[in-house]
Amino acid sequence: MPSLRDIKRRIKSVKNTQQITKAMKMVSAAKLKRAQDEIIAARPYAEKMLSLISSLAAKTPSESHPLLSAGTGESPKTTVIFITSDRGLCGSFNAVLMRTVERFLRESENAVNLYLIGKRGIEYFKRRDLEVVKSRPYGGARPNYGHAVEIAQEVINSFLRGEVNDVRIIYSEFKSALAQRPVVQRLLPITPEKPPEAEEFMVEMLFEPSKEAVLSSLLPKYVEVQVFRALLESSASEQGARMTAMDSASKNAAEMIGGLTLKYNRLRQAAITKELMEIIGGAEALKG
Amino acid sequence: MAETFLLEIVTPARKLLSREVEEVSAPALMGEIGVLAGHAPMLTTLNPGVISYKKGSESGSLAVGRGYAEVLADKTTILVDTAELDSEIDAETARQSLAKSEDALKNLTPDDPGYQDALDAYDLAQARIRIKERHKG
Repeated sequence: MPSLRDIKRRIKSVKNTQQITKAMKMVSAAKLKRAQDEIIAARPYAEKMLSLISSLAAKTPSESHPLLSAGTGESPKTTVIFITSDRGLCGSFNAVLMRTVERFLRESENAVNLYLIGKRGIEYFKRRDLEVVKSRPYGGARPNYGHAVEIAQEVINSFLRGEVNDVRIIYSEFKSALAQRPVVQRLLPITPEKPPEAEEFMVEMLFEPSKEAVLSSLLPKYVEVQVFRALLESSASEQGARMTAMDSASKNAAEMIGGLTLKYNRLRQAAITKELMEIIGGAEALKG
Repeated sequence: MAETFLLEIVTPARKLLSREVEEVSAPALMGEIGVLAGHAPMLTTLNPGVISYKKGSESGSLAVGRGYAEVLADKTTILVDTAELDSEIDAETARQSLAKSEDALKNLTPDDPGYQDALDAYDLAQARIRIKERHKG
């Protein structure tokens, strides 16, 4: 039987936790807003880039550029860029991603090496017997285009050297603040979808200096943009997941405080009643 | 009133500009190009430099990094790594980055892997300063 003081202490501690979760929820909400704005701001560039690439690639045979054709590495190998968050307390955000990467590892026929982004993923694979090409935590920074360029360059170089012939990226796609979905996307070789209007769009386009030169400078840029987008989506998803998790944590705390307060009041009343009975009993005894 | 066309300038981080203009000039790979409405469709790579546009008596310029320009008859889209409006450029920082990239260039030969990047940084810094000076004058 907990004493009154125990319950009081308990209530206080839950209240403190609730304050923290509430604050975290608010912070995530603000960060989520910013992350969403960034996604929206990055969209026109990515879309334009995609339409340029698709229309160009549709006009050129896939052998014309090494990034378009499957790698020439002798032993087929896949690099997986795995994006997680640096920090926890965001519900099932990272767990869902881990499951996805585990499934991918099980089902992949190729040897796989990992390019890990975010501390959670790095910790997760620390004790595992898997080849890790590189680990980079965010270090608190917001994803910026410079990071995406570095990551893209590294995988492009290893692809061009023939060390790997397939590059995938696993990240959490941002659907809404409530819904995030893990996706596995192929990064290299580039397989652009052919847009239906490609034919008429390309009619008599002039290229300066040449179609091939433009294409070969566009393709790496495209990979950069894809990586950048994945980073942005992932960061928005993380904030969304944290916001939802913290919201339900705050609700649970409120519920718990309610229950504990009720218990506290009942015990208090019981104690008062008991004391009254004793006083009355004592008075009766003296009378008689 | 001359014919106008839509000019859009986008970077990975934001959409910088979207407006009707009469004339644009951009630093293409093979030299400065001027674009008017009704230009033949063209796709070109851009060097770091100054993009300027004009509409009537209004005009503006931006310092841009490496990128691409897609020119269509009624629309020109410019995709660049970085871009700054003239109002965003700080002359002091521009001069500093110019000096820094100059130093970097001195220590590199054209065969070094970082040479191109340093050269781009130098060009970009110069473009910023050119815009600033034009505004003063």
